[in-house]
Amino acid sequence: MCDTCGCNITHANEHLITAGGKLEKTASGHEAIDVLHNLLHENDHTAQHNREHFNTHDVTAINLMSSPGSGKTALLEATIRALGDEFRIAVIEGDLETENDAERIRSHGVTAIQISTGSACHLDAHMVHDALHELDLADFDIVFIENVGNLVCPASFDLGQHANIALLSIPEGDDKPAKYPVMFRTADMVMLSKADLLPILDDFVPERAEQYLRNLASSAPVIRTSAKTGQGMDDWLKWLRELVTHAQASHAHT
Amino acid sequence: MSQVASIARDNHATRVTAITVGLGPLSGVEEQLLKNAYPLASAGTIADGAELQVRLTPLRVRCTKCEKESDAKPNCLVCGHCGDWRTELISGDELMLLRVELDKSVQTVH
Repeated sequence: MCDTCGCNITHANEHLITAGGKLEKTASGHEAIDVLHNLLHENDHTAQHNREHFNTHDVTAINLMSSPGSGKTALLEATIRALGDEFRIAVIEGDLETENDAERIRSHGVTAIQISTGSACHLDAHMVHDALHELDLADFDIVFIENVGNLVCPASFDLGQHANIALLSIPEGDDKPAKYPVMFRTADMVMLSKADLLPILDDFVPERAEQYLRNLASSAPVIRTSAKTGQGMDDWLKWLRELVTHAQASHAHT
Repeated sequence: MSQVASIARDNHATRVTAITVGLGPLSGVEEQLLKNAYPLASAGTIADGAELQVRLTPLRVRCTKCEKESDAKPNCLVCGHCGDWRTELISGDELMLLRVELDKSVQTVH
């Protein structure tokens, strides 16, 4: 949708702009201009640019979001070990400070670009765009974007990805989807990570986590994994392969 | 603020007197925090001193099963009629610039 032809005016938001007419004079004689601009327009514009860039090179981009320490980097390491020969993988790492995660990824022989956000608590489309300048996308099939560990702000910023994954590690508790609905409702897949801890932390009820997710009107699949023991990795890799196949098929049609 | 400035420029305004923003409960933005940040963001721009009006949009869903519409809460978007979770969001995730009031009077020098 765009901001010029009015196609972003739906029956749901129409009432916001019809009252008072398109160009009305206010009591003070000032001119009022009705607009319907998404305030994240600049970010979304760059995100769309990133997406086109990915599509042109037949690259599937995946945004990983979660709390700090829920196992995003460990998941990527296990994924690289499993699929390193099948797909050409690159990783964009977002953290406030350090190159630690990028170095972990590089130790597996995979290209990793570290974005140090300073005090910013999320990645935005502009940061990812800058990182893409350091990657020759023709050399890759999948780009994982590991967002800053945070269950709040990353949800509001489109990066140009084809899918969002939210990780929820067992020690965090099963009610996170109810506490952070804005993030979890954007997820195309929810991964219950560190699932090897379920027998110990038995107050985490996976079915309850899934119910909280369904309460957000989300049909996203829920997969239990442990990067440590390998549990659930087959389900995750199956989901990932299907995503890549689907993304590549849709690129071929654009 | 750059969107407001560009609208003011396109309409040959000398000053922005008010800005209306539409905000949904699922937008990820809080009304009070936006109001706190606004004086800082608008300082020194053409909208310096302009009033910020926030219009909160309701959280509404439509059920894909019974096809009725109902109110919802941010962490409970299930149908208010039949209780099914397969609903579509009709409104409530907006973060929109809705209206800008402009002063076009030419400043006179005494």
